[in-house]
Amino acid sequence: MKPYIREQKTFDQETCPQFPTFEAGYLVGGNGDWRSYRPVLDTEACVGCLNCYLYCPDGAIAPDEAAEVGSRGAVLIDYDFCKGCGICAKQCKVGALTMEEEPR
Amino acid sequence: MSTEFLSGDEAFAEGVRLARPDVISAYPITPQTVVVERLSEMVADGSLDATYLHVESEHSALSAAIGASTTGVRTFTATSSQGLLYMAEGLTYASGGGFPIVMMNANRSTALPWNIYGDQRDALSLLDHGWIQAYAVDAQEALDLALMAYRIAEDERVMTPFMVNLDGFALTHTYETVEVPTQEDADRFLPPYQTTNRFDLEHPVSIGFSAGPDTNDIFKYREHERMMQVFDVLPQAEEEFAEVFGRRYPGVVDPYRCDDAEFVIITLGTVAGLVHDVVDRLREAGTKVGCLRLRYLRPFPTEALVEALDDAKAVAVLEKDISFGHTGTVFADVSTALQGAHLDLEAYNFIGGLGGRDINAADIETIFTTLQRGDTDTLHFLGMGA
Amino acid sequence: MATTQKIIWLGRGGQGAFSAAKLLGAAYALGAPDHHALAFPSFGPERRGAPVRAYTKLSDAPINDRSSIVQADFVVCLDETLNDAGVADLLKPEGEFLLVNERITDLAREVLGREIVNTALLALLATRLTSLDCSDLERGIEATMNERIRPKNIELVRRVFAQKDELL
Repeated sequence: MKPYIREQKTFDQETCPQFPTFEAGYLVGGNGDWRSYRPVLDTEACVGCLNCYLYCPDGAIAPDEAAEVGSRGAVLIDYDFCKGCGICAKQCKVGALTMEEEPR
Repeated sequence: MSTEFLSGDEAFAEGVRLARPDVISAYPITPQTVVVERLSEMVADGSLDATYLHVESEHSALSAAIGASTTGVRTFTATSSQGLLYMAEGLTYASGGGFPIVMMNANRSTALPWNIYGDQRDALSLLDHGWIQAYAVDAQEALDLALMAYRIAEDERVMTPFMVNLDGFALTHTYETVEVPTQEDADRFLPPYQTTNRFDLEHPVSIGFSAGPDTNDIFKYREHERMMQVFDVLPQAEEEFAEVFGRRYPGVVDPYRCDDAEFVIITLGTVAGLVHDVVDRLREAGTKVGCLRLRYLRPFPTEALVEALDDAKAVAVLEKDISFGHTGTVFADVSTALQGAHLDLEAYNFIGGLGGRDINAADIETIFTTLQRGDTDTLHFLGMGA
Repeated sequence: MATTQKIIWLGRGGQGAFSAAKLLGAAYALGAPDHHALAFPSFGPERRGAPVRAYTKLSDAPINDRSSIVQADFVVCLDETLNDAGVADLLKPEGEFLLVNERITDLAREVLGREIVNTALLALLATRLTSLDCSDLERGIEATMNERIRPKNIELVRRVFAQKDELL
């Protein structure tokens, strides 16, 4: 289940829940602008092992559902939420991911 | 139902057993230890089907209880004095998060000087942290409050954690006759805990998120409103309790001969029993005296208090604590209630029993004498000529 | 207003002063619905050999005063080294003092196989109280004692009741 961006950003007295407990699975805004470096995928070098997907702490890399699982370059990076931590690049065994300075 | 000769701690453990908690997490501290030891024995011998978490500190005990509660199970913890203060950080997590944990607190003095004996400084200094607080007068009420606490705390209108206070040693370690209900009756009174305020794989939630200046006050207002719901839920719960167990409790306060009383001692915990004795003696001699025991300190029973003091000319709040630099905490709360009701009566504060010093009948008589005679000083420390 | 009978127990840690105090309370309180008792130890860190006190209060009305007993109707002393000048202050003018003696110690040793005199002294005290009989004590033993040691303690209590005049 992929998180979605919620329309309503905050609560008022009517809509505020009883406790700080509320439905999960959504965000109120993107946070990709925290990045200083972004991961860039070399689809030719990629062997489709999905290690980057497994290790991403934010769920910002997901398998590309349109592609065949395990095929080259079969992952999508969500730059709305990738925070540039570099773990994917570090975990990639074939060096298909490189961290490039975020264009300013 | 069986009649047994138990200490307050033992009686409370029986009450918890009957409440069927799923998770118990606790760290021992005198004079609470017997409660948690008994419960661990019950878990070990199978008479209580619960997970018992041996934690390394009180802070962990409450943290673990909160964690367990977020999965929607009934939880229990217990502590006293410095242990309660060590847990204090977690108190607001539990209350703000809406986790109806029940805690037994053995009222014990707080250091320094170091002291293991009973007074009420520990819990009374933490009235602001969003927990319902009740104070037991004897072992029977202690056992009954164990069941009642879950019933009230878990009510969906309330969903607030509940601290049951037992006077250290005077109640925790004193043996008296107690009626222990059957599990069958306990189950009739107390249904299983149901809530949507929990992690659920079918309906995923985030629990315990932050709330900034734009929403924080709304949550806090909700928390206050939930606590106030106790005034509606309690009479209902006590009615149900009376139907199942045959014991009827009088609500947030317990007035004794207050109807036409001119001089009333307002107090909490076991010492109220002693005040009753002196009230009876003085009444026989013709003085119109009464005793008003506060059973609940949060929510504060303003309305019931004011009602009970209708005919009073002078009242004294007798409590086992002092808020240094001010008065006793209960006196401050009582004064607020009296002021709000514009009651025309003199109010005095008597601090006694600190560090476990005995309060005896002569002390109570002194208080009533002061009420009748009047005094220029509001605040008095029993037995200290102060 | 009902009168409360007050008993102070003096012993050393390990001699069972509080066990006796509790047993007495249970024996009396569980005997009838209008019987009330409180039993409590002197509170504080305990160790074997340290002097301890325990208290029992008996009444036919609920006992509301939980303060420790200042002057008792009975003082029961389990250890003769604790029989000092201060003991007299613990007793009401018409109060009774029961001190362990050789006859009691011998009887306890004979029946229990050990020199634990608390049950024997409790039984002797009970013969001085009009409100308790042997069967009450047996009930107290059933209610408060470990199953293993009940039979011998019950036998001891019966022997004390039978021989009470010789033991005083």
